[in-house]
Amino acid sequence: MTANEVTPDPLRSTSSIGTSLLRRDGVEKVTGDATYAVEHPVTGPAGEPPLHAWLVTSTVARGRVVAVDPSEALAHPGVVSVIDHTSAPRLADTSDRELAILQDDAIDFRGQIVAVVLAETSEAAREGATLVAVEQEATEHRSAFDEDVETYAPESVNGGSETDTLDGEPDEALARALVTVDATYSTPHEHNNPMEPHAATALWDGERLTLHDSTQGPRPVRGTIGPLLGLEEEQVRVLAPYVGGGFGSKGLPHAPEAAVAMAAMTVPGRPVRLAVTRQQMFALTGYRTPTRSRVRFGAHPDGRLEALRHDTVSQSARVKEFAEQAAVPARVMYAAPHRATTHRLAELDVPVPSWMRAPGEMPGMFAHEVAMDELALHTGVDPVDLRVRNEPEVDPDTGNPWGNRRLVECLRRGAERFGWADRPVEPRATVDGEWWVGTGVAASTYPMLWMPGNVARVRSLEGGRYGVAIAATDIGTGARTVLTQIAADALGCPAEAIEMDMADSDLPFGSVAGGSSGTTSWGTAIVAAAQQFRADHGDSPDPGVETTAASGQYADMDGHALHSFGAVFCEARVHRYTGEVRVPRMLGVYSVGRVVNPRTARSQLLGGLVMGLSAALHEEGWRDPRTGHTVTQDLATYHVAAHADVQQLDAEWLDDVDEISTPMGSRGIGEIGIVGTAAAVANATWHATGVRVRGLPLTADHFLD
Amino acid sequence: MKELTYHRADDAASAVALVSGDPDARFLGGGTNLVDHLKLGVTRPGTLVDVSRLPLDEVTELPDGGLRIGTNVRNSDLAAHRAVRRGWPVVARALLAGASGQIRNQATTGGNLLQRTRCVYFQDVTTPCNKREPGSGCSAVGGYGRYNAILGASESCVTTHPSDLAVALAAVDATVVVLGPDGERRVPMGDFHRLPGDRPEQDTTLAHGELVTAVELPASAAARRSTYRKARDRASYAFALVSVAAGVELDDDGRVSDVRIAWGGVAHKPWRAEVAEAELRGRFVSEESVRAAAEAELAAAVTDEQTAYKVPMVRNLTALTLTSLVEGAAR
Ligand SMILES: Cc1cc2nc3c(=O)[nH]c(=O)nc-3n(C[C@H](O)[C@H](O)[C@H](O)COP(=O)(O)OP(=O)(O)OC[C@H]3O[C@@H](n4cnc5c(N)ncnc54)[C@H](O)[C@@H]3O)c2cc1C
Ligand code: SF4
Repeated sequence: MTANEVTPDPLRSTSSIGTSLLRRDGVEKVTGDATYAVEHPVTGPAGEPPLHAWLVTSTVARGRVVAVDPSEALAHPGVVSVIDHTSAPRLADTSDRELAILQDDAIDFRGQIVAVVLAETSEAAREGATLVAVEQEATEHRSAFDEDVETYAPESVNGGSETDTLDGEPDEALARALVTVDATYSTPHEHNNPMEPHAATALWDGERLTLHDSTQGPRPVRGTIGPLLGLEEEQVRVLAPYVGGGFGSKGLPHAPEAAVAMAAMTVPGRPVRLAVTRQQMFALTGYRTPTRSRVRFGAHPDGRLEALRHDTVSQSARVKEFAEQAAVPARVMYAAPHRATTHRLAELDVPVPSWMRAPGEMPGMFAHEVAMDELALHTGVDPVDLRVRNEPEVDPDTGNPWGNRRLVECLRRGAERFGWADRPVEPRATVDGEWWVGTGVAASTYPMLWMPGNVARVRSLEGGRYGVAIAATDIGTGARTVLTQIAADALGCPAEAIEMDMADSDLPFGSVAGGSSGTTSWGTAIVAAAQQFRADHGDSPDPGVETTAASGQYADMDGHALHSFGAVFCEARVHRYTGEVRVPRMLGVYSVGRVVNPRTARSQLLGGLVMGLSAALHEEGWRDPRTGHTVTQDLATYHVAAHADVQQLDAEWLDDVDEISTPMGSRGIGEIGIVGTAAAVANATWHATGVRVRGLPLTADHFLD
Repeated sequence: MKELTYHRADDAASAVALVSGDPDARFLGGGTNLVDHLKLGVTRPGTLVDVSRLPLDEVTELPDGGLRIGTNVRNSDLAAHRAVRRGWPVVARALLAGASGQIRNQATTGGNLLQRTRCVYFQDVTTPCNKREPGSGCSAVGGYGRYNAILGASESCVTTHPSDLAVALAAVDATVVVLGPDGERRVPMGDFHRLPGDRPEQDTTLAHGELVTAVELPASAAARRSTYRKARDRASYAFALVSVAAGVELDDDGRVSDVRIAWGGVAHKPWRAEVAEAELRGRFVSEESVRAAAEAELAAAVTDEQTAYKVPMVRNLTALTLTSLVEGAAR
């Protein structure tokens, strides 16, 4: 079915939008009634209970599977079958080698799926997996992201951005500059680790595959898994009513989804459940690639930039390219007539990197904003003023006027609330008991992204109620709630009159919950459908009438540069004896367009700040270069911030309406909170101690005397 | 998980008989470490003998002023016990510096001392590890080393002991009471855990089937004036990078008459810093004197790029810990 494309008008009035409507699914979640991917009571046509799948993974980084001997596993009570590359169903499309598992004997990274065990219980499946004997032949591999690693230029980088940009003559301008910064900043492997691991229940009934999945996009999963298995898209149904977080790692299907779908195809009529272990998540479900960014600034003594270069190297997998767009934010942040950005990739025998909250912006802005702090030091200009002095009038990248750039206001508002003016200029100037104390600031940015192709359906129900349907999913952000508010205002009815129908790929197309584009893209489609519904059926529609509309492009993306901005301020304390770092207070001030729901928005922004703090202080996946294995593969060794690390934390936003971006006046808010945050912490630790740390995380050992 | 037999022991002697007679059997305490290992395949026993409900769960004050702690006293109860907080604050603070509230509610005294290393390779059955599989090699040498030992390590094993409680017990000269097939014996804390040598599979000097029934704390002035400090990679819920258990007694002039220093995170066992203690006896406590004493102890340290930080960290932390116990000490 193709729906008419409708480009909506801006919402005329907003009464639901802007209120802190309670989460529609809050009660189910806090009472434990919400069913997650492997909790759905799925049975076969004759009531057959699910089988349990367990993954067997490679223990060499490169080589081949010589033989898989399942005999001991099959002898274990409860084990039903072992699927390996000789017995797995053949896939129709093997072009995506991350997903084309069990099709040949190649091993491309450590932790790759080499067999799947099916059993009557999860215990038997797990034990069966340990009993599968996999003979592997190891060949030479390279998995270390060393300084001297060979690199190449990808055709484009994540999001379709250009690999390199060049304006003017940056190298000549850098050579001439009176003040320069030239330093290399690094970020480590970071792993998304949502609370709910990647998990799915799959049932193949001979005609249709039903997948209860933990995903950020039921439609994208359907659109990938269908062709992979040689099925029509409509033969695949993906449901994801509740998702325990994703942070990007569930944005695209990964190998476990392919595994559970293939396993289900081997047992028609029998549901199959698979939940990957925490350890397996470190190899199979994506991660943020490590990055190294060399940033060079050439400036006038008053701090105005004349030239900048941001040259970044990140890691990609031999099995599938991923190009983190870490230098992209440098293209829009500050004015400088001479500028260059480049991206290079090191192709290694490692698991496939993928999206992690603010891919590109997060590592790139860490580098860029610490470099700005260094420039502040070299020029003697206050870090807030320095950013204000480099405010570009138009987007330096496209030359377009800004849609709504209010970075300076965010900086000024934040500085005032934080008490920035009282800050001593010199580093290592404040001691409080056992602690050095300092403060830091960094800017943040995130592009306004809008996904084409979204379709929404509005139907009138009995009693003046409306059903609103779109295949989008709520991964814990509050999407279900804010879409209810948007639908209510678009239809001119109270939120209570809206019944949202989501998270089912049989519904009209909804794009991925990623790139902070969900509310923007789905919301625009809902407004389009609601306005068309009123045009078609008037204000007192008969129950049962409906309108389906596809969203035309509302946002003026060609005529304007559309980005969100923010400023993060924090205080850091560094222990004088042990070097341990604590962050007693942090404040983020954002310009993100109109805030649809202050409660859910606040929790997104605070969550982003916490994740940025966690990246600043703790997170680091350690890949053993000898084996290509991430050895810090659980949450006791891969540290994320604990409650005690998160102290006084606040986020606020400017009063904003962005009618250029969406009919709601909003922009996305899911990612900007993590951007710049780690730089603010690093800058504060420098101010506390005088020690400049250019690589994350900011562990205690850096600050010991 | 491998299928196994579960026994709930009725009394200590039968538990000992069951386990000592079966090389494939293990005691189960609170299970916060052992159950993880069962899932990971780090250990694959055929039988578990649950000793966590044996009535060894009391803290008793002894006639000589000491304290007897039954093995089944949970970590949170022990940390909250008034006699412990008064007479051995280092013990209470070490406990509270470890794990999380939920884990401390579950963890037993004996289980805590017998928890196994957190070495990432030990916990991953796909990598060689001499401690898990004698003779297979040590992956941590030349591998991930942030938590490795700097004192007393061997070529076969470079890991550290993870318990905070054990470090405090080492400082206060605790005694571990052990029941074996041939009856009870008493093991001074200093002899309880061992250095790896060429038998890293052996964490302690216990024989298979010996059950920890209690821990005894002797009273002392140094234990009364004692505390615990821990440096870690996050503000809570992380194992020690290094830790310091210290107690001190001063004479009338304010000089050290008795001092106890034990370090965590530096060795395969709680490291009693005897060289440093000897340096300090008879001296005034000051930041300078403690640093010098710690440095004397650390002369034996062997470090690499990943562990070098531990030397200044434990030296500084020792200085802070001891000076904080002595009012007016020069910092
Ligand atoms: C995420 C995490 C973080 C942690 N952080 C810390 C920390 O910061 N500091 C710290 O000190 N600890 C920490 N711990 C470890 C925790 O303290 C131990 O798991 C706990 O103390 C073990 O006690 P248990 O009773 O549960 O032992 P169990 O798991 O039941 O047993 C552990 C071992 O002791 C043996 N055993 C048990 N009881 C006896 C007995 N009476 N006699 C002889 N052998 C016995 C068992 O056979 C087993 O080998 C952490 C644990 C986790 C999971
Ligand atoms: S350090 Fe010890 S525990 Fe770790 S791998 Fe080596 S032998 Fe095993």
